[in-house]
Amino acid sequence: MKLLVCISNVPDTTTKVTFTDNNTQFNTAGVQFILNPYDEIALSKAIELTEGGKGTVTVIHVGEASSEPTIRKALAIGADDAVRINTYPHDAFFVASQIADYARDKNFDLILTGRESIDYNNALVAGMLGELLSLPSVSIIKKLKIDGTAIEVEREIEGGKEIITVDLPAVAGCSEGVAEAKIPNMRGIMSARTKPLEIIEATASEKLTHVVEYTNPAPRGAVTLLSAGETEKLVELLHTEAKVI
Amino acid sequence: MAVLVYIEQVEGQFKKSAFETVSYAKEIAKVLNTQTIAFTIGNASDDVLKTLGIYGADKILTAKNEELKSFSNAAYASAIAEAANQENADIIILSNSFSGKGLTPTLSVKLNAGVVAGAVELPRMEGGKFIVKKFAFSGKVFASVEVSTAKKIISLNPNSYSIIESATSPTIEVFNPQLNIELKTRVKEVIRSTDKVPLPEAEIVVSGGRGLKGPENWNILEDLAEALGAATACSKPVSDAGWRPHEEHVGQTGIVISPNLYLAVGISGAIQHLAGVSSSKTIVAINKDPEAPIFKVANYGIVGDALEILPKLTQAIKAFKG
Repeated sequence: MKLLVCISNVPDTTTKVTFTDNNTQFNTAGVQFILNPYDEIALSKAIELTEGGKGTVTVIHVGEASSEPTIRKALAIGADDAVRINTYPHDAFFVASQIADYARDKNFDLILTGRESIDYNNALVAGMLGELLSLPSVSIIKKLKIDGTAIEVEREIEGGKEIITVDLPAVAGCSEGVAEAKIPNMRGIMSARTKPLEIIEATASEKLTHVVEYTNPAPRGAVTLLSAGETEKLVELLHTEAKVI
Repeated sequence: MAVLVYIEQVEGQFKKSAFETVSYAKEIAKVLNTQTIAFTIGNASDDVLKTLGIYGADKILTAKNEELKSFSNAAYASAIAEAANQENADIIILSNSFSGKGLTPTLSVKLNAGVVAGAVELPRMEGGKFIVKKFAFSGKVFASVEVSTAKKIISLNPNSYSIIESATSPTIEVFNPQLNIELKTRVKEVIRSTDKVPLPEAEIVVSGGRGLKGPENWNILEDLAEALGAATACSKPVSDAGWRPHEEHVGQTGIVISPNLYLAVGISGAIQHLAGVSSSKTIVAINKDPEAPIFKVANYGIVGDALEILPKLTQAIKAFKG
């Protein structure tokens, strides 16, 4: 089985988000970047599915050279090889197009992504990839198992879930529950340095959107503190002041 | 030109997010002086379909094809694309629901339309530009995104836009899409937990953290949620410890929510947690540590033991609701 896992390089979850250039650029100064947590789940699942010589896992990343520590982390976790498309990841359509152009003639059986990246929270790449490659796609899955020439996945829906069978080859966006995130061991970390990392130049792809400005949410006023005995007062304030009940 | 809004049905009915998306689409159509076309897939009766007119749908297209009996990104997105093309729609609105998140990217490629996923405001349409505000960095900030394609897709975050009545007398037409696709996904089973309010669209959410001390105490939180008609949620440490299922985890790597009222009980408020809930309109924090960061974002706070305070709060809510 030949698997492709799409990974993105995102600011660590504890990052205080600030901007430069008149609030048009994310300020990367001093920011620690990590492997997107949902992509880590997708990668861990891919490794689980191919363990014991049952297949190979390639990771692909669209981004500049500064992302290489994240790619090496993916190799340390257990991917066999990696591809970096050497370009700035302008928007979801641009990234999906780059990955589709790479994957089109490679006959991957299964392409996994995280449900969304934790920086732009678009959740678009999996679905776009499916459509660009004429493959079925499922988004926000919580479980995945191989079922012959298909996969059986559990997809989240409002107030419930759906069990879906998807013929391979296919694209799936993975969420929590699909796999436990694997932690690289020492052997993985050592071997990651020598695993193949191919760098490919970008193809000419369109960008459909761009961010024109970032803004911060309006600050909240100071907290109104009540004592443990004032639950009735809290209810009254929620009714008369906040008007939410 | 027209504004096409795709409306989800759940077993032949519409949910609140359906009326939010129609209201949102209507407001855009008004500015552009054009029609609001609602497109929906499923078995909703004409009486149910007509309710979309209350919020401004000028025309309702309904598809009931056999191939659309169960959900698939490919078939549903094809149907929406065909409806958009027939109606000459250049703005397409969907809900940023779980299904919407599957449909939006597929539709984007089909129509070569740029997407703003998770919009929280009406688009700014001035000087030939089309700019929509959305949350980024998991709720920490807003990003204003310009869409540069002729056709545009917006998925609207649940609970971000008020339902507005602007009554019309819509026509209802059956739409029969061609669907030239080979279906490669099959829904085996749909499991609904009908007794619970779905988390992303809940107006009130009661959420528990490690301060509840163990899964055996969750009934105290559920009692409060029931009294309030609220959905329940939890912090990441709680789902990681297996006290509650992952689908209840709200925060940066869980579900991002924006209810009218968020009650954080025994949750300290790590930055990753706050990212997922900070767009809640009102936040109440109950925590025994007065220094907990949750109090910095809360509107109301009680310092004390959650296990003692919750039953009293539940009583107070019940007394208030009479």
